Amino acid sequence: MLTLTLAAQTSPTLTVAPVPTVKAKKGTVATVTVRAALPPGFHANSNTPTDAYLIPLTMKWTGGPLQADGVTYPKADLEKYSFSDKPLSVVTGEFSITTKFKVPVDAPPGPSAENGTIRFQACNDRMCFAAKTVPVTISLNIE
Amino acid sequence: MTRVRVYLRLALIATVAALLGIVACSQQPPPAKPVVKDNSKRQKAPDFALKDSSGKLVHLADYKGKVVLLDFWATWCGPCKIEIPWFMQFEQEYRSRGFEVLGVSMDDDGWKAITPYVTARKLNYRVVLGDDKTADQYGGLEALPTTFVIDRDGRIAATHVGLVNKKDFSDAIEKLLEAPAGDADVNARRSD
Repeated sequence: MLTLTLAAQTSPTLTVAPVPTVKAKKGTVATVTVRAALPPGFHANSNTPTDAYLIPLTMKWTGGPLQADGVTYPKADLEKYSFSDKPLSVVTGEFSITTKFKVPVDAPPGPSAENGTIRFQACNDRMCFAAKTVPVTISLNIE
Repeated sequence: MTRVRVYLRLALIATVAALLGIVACSQQPPPAKPVVKDNSKRQKAPDFALKDSSGKLVHLADYKGKVVLLDFWATWCGPCKIEIPWFMQFEQEYRSRGFEVLGVSMDDDGWKAITPYVTARKLNYRVVLGDDKTADQYGGLEALPTTFVIDRDGRIAATHVGLVNKKDFSDAIEKLLEAPAGDADVNARRSD
């Protein structure tokens, strides 16, 4: 393998803040907000990129007792970058993704967890990084 | 007393000269980054076998004797798309002198993503689909675009990570095209 000096060109990390335990009552709707942050100088495509080739921000719920019933993504910024003719729909810095969950009437009571992933593809003004998937876990207490 | 004064004057002159020297050095621009690495510092470009859109296997070794611009890119990479028209121009301008561009797409979706882009932009150079093994061989390729300019002996003469100036590429290509193949061997014999 080649030994290359690629310092300062490493893929940015999406930091996801811990979500406080969610109390979910059977037969109701629970709203959960996940807060995430990108390092300064980086952006990720929003969930609705301006170009079909771009990889959107996505939140997927993959397992748990709840039923996801709609994800609300952060409001995108239209930012102009030196490498693009037109502004791009992006998220930067801190942002939130909110999900509404239906709590089934037959959900097992007590503590449990809902698992999901955030997929994002980040760039700075000179380079882009392969899309990454970050796991998200929410602690639940079903009543 | 006179001797002491002479020593003091000499010391003063030396101090002023040293200070002037420091100031002069600090105001000099940093040395220009060389366009291409010296022969002795070039590493062999790892060979690979990757498929083009027709399914034909393409080896880097097929390009021996040519100067190659090896561009790792993806359709989802905005900065990569700035460079592609430059590379098309280089392909047209330098091909007759023994130069070729080889694009290695790192799109996870493969030809489904690449073909519409390559067709719409009418790319005039060959594109192959990259894989993790090749990415590892070339240092991991965490960031795109990552572009290698390879000399006629199959060695990496310049590496660019991220969007750079068009002139950085054209200067490197010009310089490598001027050097005949086997230049490294000649230099090695000279140093013996």
